[in-house]
Amino acid sequence: MSWFQKIIPPKIQRRVQAARKVVPEGLWSKCAACEEVLYRAELEKHLDVCPKCGHHNRVGARQRLNYFLDEDGRKEIGANVLPVDSLKFKDSRRYTDRLTEATKAVEETDALVAMQGTVLGQPVVAVAFEFRFMGGSMGSVVGERFTRAVKAALAGKRPFVCFSASGGARMQEGLLSLMQMAKTAAALTQLSAHRLPFISVLADPTMGGVSASFAMLGDVIIAEPNALIGFAGPRVIDQTVREKLPEGFQHAEFLLEHGALDLIVDRREMRTTIANLATQLMRRPAVA
Amino acid sequence: MKTVFLEFEQPIAELEAKIESLLEVSGEKEGEDGATTVDLTPEITRLRKKSAALTKDIYAKLNAWQVSQVARHPQRPYTLDYIRALFTDFEELHGDRAFADDAAMICGLARFHGEPVVVIGHQKGRDTKDRQYRNFGMPRPEGYRKALRLMRMAEKFQLPVMTFIDTPGAYPGVDAEERGQSEAIARNLYVMAELKTPIICTVIGEGGSGGALAIGVGDVVMMLQYSTYSVISPEGCASILWKSAEQAPLAAESLGITAHRLKSLDLIDKIIHEPLGGAHRDPDAMMENMRDALVAALSDLREQPLDGLLNARYARLMGYGKFKETRVR
Repeated sequence: MSWFQKIIPPKIQRRVQAARKVVPEGLWSKCAACEEVLYRAELEKHLDVCPKCGHHNRVGARQRLNYFLDEDGRKEIGANVLPVDSLKFKDSRRYTDRLTEATKAVEETDALVAMQGTVLGQPVVAVAFEFRFMGGSMGSVVGERFTRAVKAALAGKRPFVCFSASGGARMQEGLLSLMQMAKTAAALTQLSAHRLPFISVLADPTMGGVSASFAMLGDVIIAEPNALIGFAGPRVIDQTVREKLPEGFQHAEFLLEHGALDLIVDRREMRTTIANLATQLMRRPAVA
Repeated sequence: MKTVFLEFEQPIAELEAKIESLLEVSGEKEGEDGATTVDLTPEITRLRKKSAALTKDIYAKLNAWQVSQVARHPQRPYTLDYIRALFTDFEELHGDRAFADDAAMICGLARFHGEPVVVIGHQKGRDTKDRQYRNFGMPRPEGYRKALRLMRMAEKFQLPVMTFIDTPGAYPGVDAEERGQSEAIARNLYVMAELKTPIICTVIGEGGSGGALAIGVGDVVMMLQYSTYSVISPEGCASILWKSAEQAPLAAESLGITAHRLKSLDLIDKIIHEPLGGAHRDPDAMMENMRDALVAALSDLREQPLDGLLNARYARLMGYGKFKETRVR
């Protein structure tokens, strides 16, 4: 620190530093795949997909729903459902501290955001995972918001869409988190009973207990290009079987080839594809 | 068979070894010259009493990590042991009709007190070769799909389903992933939620995560006293959250994996009592306890009309979870 910086009052100092940090990172970003330097506004216009190489960046839950739903008529579901630490779980840090920290950093109260709205004028209920919130892990709140969203779909006779991005179940909630797999899967039986489509979109990454429950139960299962999708993590498999993992293993294209997915869709085509699928399954007229 | 003692059971093991040697000595002497034998019976009786008291004492204070050692005990009764002891006319049925048979998952028809049921359970192996054959009780997708096929059959012929859960988890291998491990587990959760026949699930050893839950959704969920049920193994949890598998005992405690803890969280319905020192110390007594529990559960479910049963199952599934709710603005 130079002598000049030292004499600036701390308050201003902080402001200067903050400003310095934000400007270059906010305006420009480098594509993680092709290293092209991209103008942030341009990237957003492409829904966080690199216009040069098509690399799909991870997006937050709210941003994803923002990209997906029409601007008008959005209503959030289950935002008042909030996490509790029923096991008093503590590893190197307390679960409650991790929750507080994640809430502060991500500005979400848990790892799932649910909304009803429309896509190209078609009414839907959509939920999206927030991967930055404790790895998008599924605990009681995720399960409850998910099932409330399903109930909203039932009540409004709307198709249900889920964008998954999760490492799996939330260990800090012990067996309660495992049971969310059963709970969410059970909720989907009601959608089926009422002939309402469930379209499951798997974003990077969709693993563990999320992949092994509702995510793989879509009437149509869509993945984003190159998304990592699987039950056991590649590291766990590597340690267990000690064999070389095949090329492209657990990536969307690999799963498509093995018959686990219906299709891979570019994020920029997601709205039209899902509206097309949903209207046909609902036997409604095509979207104009 | 000689009892294998766990690390925390060493004081019991020492007493048992002493009893063993006294028995040997008295046996030998009797063989040589019956008349001059020093009667060791009182001493043996005294030591046996002491050993039982010690076992009782140690088992009264088991921590979660120790319980998980008992749950994984190499001599613990496995699914096939329960089938042989409690069921008659067992016909094992194989294969998922699509890819393969999975020896880590046992499925079949059998009679329980004369009544036909579908039995499904994870199966571990006893010796090295058998363990490998059973893949350590870790099913691949075809195992879950075989179970699913049999559940559908149970529904069609209106037979109750009884599942026995005992797995470290679903197999984490390349082939399992390629054939859709996630989908296989997910499908079972979905189908079990709405299967139109009673389902009784019992955790008899290790309830390892999604691989356990995939045959664990039902109307009654029971656990043996020293079995465990967990979202992740204590070792796995420790290596992720503590960055060291050495912290597994701590993780086991935090995760709340014991029957007692899970009952208090309302996640299971009933704890089935085990004989002193665990199921493997007295398998006959264990079988009787299991029989009683299954009889009670089955007769209870039999009394309920099917739609009531399904509604209750659904309500129970929807009720899983602990959260708080603020007033909607």
